Amino acid sequence: MTVPVRHFDAVIVGAGGAGMRAALQLSEAGLKTAVLSKVFPTRSHTVAAQGGVSASLGNSEPDHWHWHMYDTVKGSDWLGDQDAIEFMCREAPKVVVELEHFGMPFDRNEDGTIYQRPFGGHMSNFGEKPVRRACAAADRTGHAMLHALYQRNVRANTHFFVEWMALDLVRDADGNVQGVVAMEMETSEIVVFQAKATLFATGGAGRIFASSTNAFINTGDGLGMAARAGIPLEDMEFWQFHPTGVAGAGVLITEGVRGEGGILRNSAGERFMERYAPNAKDLASRDVVSRAMVTEINEGRGCGPNKDHVLLDITHLDPEVIKSKLPGIREISIKFAGVDPIVAPIPVVPTCHYQMGGIPTNYRGEVVIDGKPVHGFYAAGEVACASVHGANRLGTNSLLDLLVFGKSSANSMIDFIKAQPAELPELATTDVDRAVARVARLDNQTGGVEVNDARNAMQRTMQNHCGVFRFKDMLAEGAAKILEVEEMVKKTQIHDKSKVFNTARIEALELENLIEVAKATMISANARTESRGAHVRDDAPDTAETPNGRDDTNWLKHTLWHRDGNRLEYKPVNMTPLTVETIALKTRSY
Amino acid sequence: MTEIDPIEIKRIRWRSRRGLLELDLVLERFLANGFNQLTQAELLAYRRCLELPDNDFLDYVNGKAEIEDPELTHIIGILRRA
Ligand SMILES: Cc1cc2nc3c(=O)[nH]c(=O)nc-3n(C[C@H](O)[C@H](O)[C@H](O)COP(=O)(O)OP(=O)(O)OC[C@H]3O[C@@H](n4cnc5c(N)ncnc54)[C@H](O)[C@@H]3O)c2cc1C
Repeated sequence: MTVPVRHFDAVIVGAGGAGMRAALQLSEAGLKTAVLSKVFPTRSHTVAAQGGVSASLGNSEPDHWHWHMYDTVKGSDWLGDQDAIEFMCREAPKVVVELEHFGMPFDRNEDGTIYQRPFGGHMSNFGEKPVRRACAAADRTGHAMLHALYQRNVRANTHFFVEWMALDLVRDADGNVQGVVAMEMETSEIVVFQAKATLFATGGAGRIFASSTNAFINTGDGLGMAARAGIPLEDMEFWQFHPTGVAGAGVLITEGVRGEGGILRNSAGERFMERYAPNAKDLASRDVVSRAMVTEINEGRGCGPNKDHVLLDITHLDPEVIKSKLPGIREISIKFAGVDPIVAPIPVVPTCHYQMGGIPTNYRGEVVIDGKPVHGFYAAGEVACASVHGANRLGTNSLLDLLVFGKSSANSMIDFIKAQPAELPELATTDVDRAVARVARLDNQTGGVEVNDARNAMQRTMQNHCGVFRFKDMLAEGAAKILEVEEMVKKTQIHDKSKVFNTARIEALELENLIEVAKATMISANARTESRGAHVRDDAPDTAETPNGRDDTNWLKHTLWHRDGNRLEYKPVNMTPLTVETIALKTRSY
Repeated sequence: MTEIDPIEIKRIRWRSRRGLLELDLVLERFLANGFNQLTQAELLAYRRCLELPDNDFLDYVNGKAEIEDPELTHIIGILRRA
């Protein structure tokens, strides 16, 4: 089969904050830039971000990038690379002001400067006291960011390919990246986008878990494509969770509900937090609450037919208080849990929110293997691991990551593209054939597994065996189970074989990406026998040498998972910032 | 446009995938129940809703805001009950 080929200077997969920031830089530099997206750009998942973007502008009170850097290293539980973190925190004021000039309607102070609000983990003077560092556009920061960037890109003549799904990366025999194979949803036509430089900005993969705050579109396509192309995935055991999402839906119930007197109960109706945190009870910190919830579920005291969640009870509160102090919660509960919290408790479960790991890059956005950049390949945003978030992301640093690394990867691409010969090299077809064969396999499969069944099996396995709080035996079992699920995914079948907007085919292809992420996560988590940041294990001892279970002697290193043979290797954390001194290891406590 | 062809229906189904989880959940339920019973006029109105920014769309569906366009009030009402 001959596949049509289109030629560009740069091809970007993903039109969220990271992809569009990069595209703008490239198009404004006069390069012919294609951006592919499964959905219309302003409906990328970045639209969900409300809290804001961090930068030490110091508009309300003194602040400094070095303090921001300290908070980020500490937040990362020292797994973040200090060169990349310094770079990001120093660039932050510049990229935020730039975004303002692109038309971003930030909230303002009376003197016209950007208004900044406090946010968890943002401190002044190296952890001393809270500082106002988050910049927001009301509660629509992500939405406003996407709009500003999209408008600018249209003006800069970026070529958008909307409702196109990238299927696989194209590498030649030497491993040089030549572009991507993609499918137009409207026709199912498969086309190669060949380019001098390729950027992945495909966002996160939260849908590997049964309970996730991520929209359905977050299926880790960039990670799946990279893994199939022989690129390892870094630190995939680290996922941020929120303690209370509506069970079965993932929609968040704010922590304010417990603040107003909400009580967590198990299947016996017991207020179990009294046993885990006798003083703070239901107001204990996030990790303590999550851990207690998971322990109750694991020990058989979960609720519902599958005993897989606990209950958040506010029936004892005055209905007027619920309506006035917790607006929206009643609607969320009625709509997504099917219960009115005035009369019945809300089913809740710890819920996946953000992926810290991803495609290994340096702070220039170059994908790096064995210390060397992969020729022509770049990644930015949630799909990438620079690594600035390490074992745990600081709130609002993710939108910052999109701006800083979207821009820096594009700058690297511009330099790279200019150094390439004018003519594109001959296209290597092995990867193209493989992508075509994957689609053909799906179209021809009979007597196989239903996509929904395989996806449910994966999500349940991840949630139960590799969730917010992890147990040795459960992880070991999970590692075996996820390989069984992989066998199901290899045999998925679809009943609709039509060519036009075939959602069934798209979902089956997305599942082939999700399963790669699920394997990487489970296998990396099973191997890391310490607790660090968001990876918390029941069997990691809290001793003087390993406070909170963190074992710097053996585990101060990044995981690299290779799809081939599920092999793991490790690489050191970069503890050397660009210009300042190392932020020395310390026990992380707030 | 008078008739909506089957291809357009499939496009509408894909475009019901959104950037916000809450909308995905509501629209998924609606596509599985209710969507096939829409009249031609309702379908056209639904297609227009899909052009709305996600945040606005969710606010209308949640009843946090009232849609000003009278042609969309009816379909938003259907979605609120979905
Ligand atoms: C509810 C919620 C609230 C949040 N709030 C904040 C906050 O306040 N502050 C903060 O800093 N962070 C926040 N985050 C995190 C942050 O929003 C995300 O990490 C970030 O938006 C990811 O942006 P991105 O550009 O990497 O990817 P996305 O915005 O997810 O975009 C991915 C793009 O890739 C495209 N794509 C994917 N696969 C393919 C494919 N195969 N082919 C073609 N295109 C493809 C998609 O169509 C999309 O355009 C929040 C996250 C959630 C879930």
